[in-house]
Amino acid sequence: MSCFRLENVSYRYDKTLVLNGVDLRLEPGEILGLFGHNGAGKTTSIKLILGLMTPTQGTVSVLDGAAGDPHVSQHIGYLPENVMFYPQLTGREILNHFARLKGASLKQVPVLLEQVGLGDAMKARVKTYSKGMRQRLGLAQALLGKPKLLMLDEPTVGLDPVATADLYRLLRKLRDEGTGIVLCSHVLPGVEPYIDRAAILTDGALKAVGDLVSLRRQANMSVTLSIEPANGSSALEKVIEASSAGNGLMIKKDNGRLQVDVRPSEKMALIQDLLNSGEVQDLGIHQPTLEDVYVHFIGSGGLAHRGGAQ
Amino acid sequence: MNSIWTIARKELSDSLRNRWLVAIALVFAVLALGIAWFGAAASGQVGYASTPATIASLASLGIFLIPLIALLLAYDAIVGEEEGGTLLLLMTYPLSRGQLLFGKFLGHGLTLAFATMIGFGVAGIAIALLVEDVAVGALAAAMFRFIVSTILLGWGFIALAYMISVRVSEKPVAAGLALGIWFFFVLVFDLMLLGILVASEGKLSPELLPWLLMLNPTDIYRLLNIVAFGEGAQLSGVLSLGADLPIGPAGMWFALVLWFVIPLTGAWALFRRRRI
Repeated sequence: MSCFRLENVSYRYDKTLVLNGVDLRLEPGEILGLFGHNGAGKTTSIKLILGLMTPTQGTVSVLDGAAGDPHVSQHIGYLPENVMFYPQLTGREILNHFARLKGASLKQVPVLLEQVGLGDAMKARVKTYSKGMRQRLGLAQALLGKPKLLMLDEPTVGLDPVATADLYRLLRKLRDEGTGIVLCSHVLPGVEPYIDRAAILTDGALKAVGDLVSLRRQANMSVTLSIEPANGSSALEKVIEASSAGNGLMIKKDNGRLQVDVRPSEKMALIQDLLNSGEVQDLGIHQPTLEDVYVHFIGSGGLAHRGGAQ
Repeated sequence: MNSIWTIARKELSDSLRNRWLVAIALVFAVLALGIAWFGAAASGQVGYASTPATIASLASLGIFLIPLIALLLAYDAIVGEEEGGTLLLLMTYPLSRGQLLFGKFLGHGLTLAFATMIGFGVAGIAIALLVEDVAVGALAAAMFRFIVSTILLGWGFIALAYMISVRVSEKPVAAGLALGIWFFFVLVFDLMLLGILVASEGKLSPELLPWLLMLNPTDIYRLLNIVAFGEGAQLSGVLSLGADLPIGPAGMWFALVLWFVIPLTGAWALFRRRRI
């Protein structure tokens, strides 16, 4: 059973093509990061999976059923961006209300509130809550009824670093218990250690999907070696130039250290030559981060997209 | 059914919490008692005049107040959820749009019904107890008719408010349009009808004209409460057209029911087409 499966999905809003031929799936026990600039189609993809809209073309199946089917929605948890809830009600009353609608047991309400750190505030009206507290209430809401598929849109907005770490720890635990999780976020360095796979959307098309290793491979971006010379940098430079991979490498001097950008395929050969030469005091390897890969895929035009509407 | 009741229950407890229910009941009770005691003040006396006169005055004032209260209660039913971000969230729950809308209607409808029963009921009991020579049977019948028709009229305007609430995307716009509806049915419609009546100089079919009253729920409501007192009832203004209506009270009750069923169905149809 897949958590969801999008097959060749396109969606047209009025005349604009918002999504174009997207193929994407999520298996249980997996955290998928969904990334893209504003207006790339993240929200549309989420709404299609939630059954709020139907695709113009292609098929969407969720938990082996149709998106939007009540039996399916019962097993989906969703945290929308910016939900205000009902300011006059207390956190506990709100969660009770949503638990009833979801057919979930009311017993788990105080447990969930405790789990997201709202144990002391559950009897206070939501209008007194801070943004971070509302976000945590939204998260508790998404966890009602132990969902099999969890969709979180910018879950860390307004959370302090400790709460953010708690959140990710919780998500890991849920993943290990078999929940499929979709994480939409703009804070790429924050989510990088926690996602199993990333999907990058631009202009409604899926640019790349896979785990970080395979994305790096697809992007074929240089790895940066930071080398501290053992006997002066000129000797080290000679070794690098002499290396089989030495053609066209970038060498930058940076307070005594050398920085070398090398193609991933040539990395190991260069490292071997360096170690054999005995000219290396210390060696650092910097892989491209998720953010580097993301910028690579959405291209330099990425900034121009930032102004687009959701 | 369960989800409908969950939604309704929240609306009911909201209106208890924000004192809407109590406030409406209080307004109704004060209004009814005020009219009962001072309704005859214009003719130079204080005290209970008669049941028909009291009900007629109540109905005349009711048409201003009840639609206004119903519209205020309901205009933000859907658009308010959208502004708070909860509409999107609710739609991801195992809850259809119809269930949400009918749940809201049940909640708002019961709020208005309870407030009406408590407010006018208390007033009716007070009149029965305090006025010495009032015919309790006739008073109870008239009050019952008045309360039921008031509830139906209120439901009609709740449903009309929903038609706005499911269409617009901003609360102030919904509030403005709701006031427009009130203005049209309560103030403009009768003037228009009167204008048509005078301008047509009797050329319009006399069979057709009375039916035009059925296009306004507040006119049906007033007719119902006044005509019920038989031949002696005084119909003034455009309501005198109602004397020529070939349908009896049963037909008018039916029309009043249609006046909430049709707008509610319309609101449902519009809501199903709304983009979320």
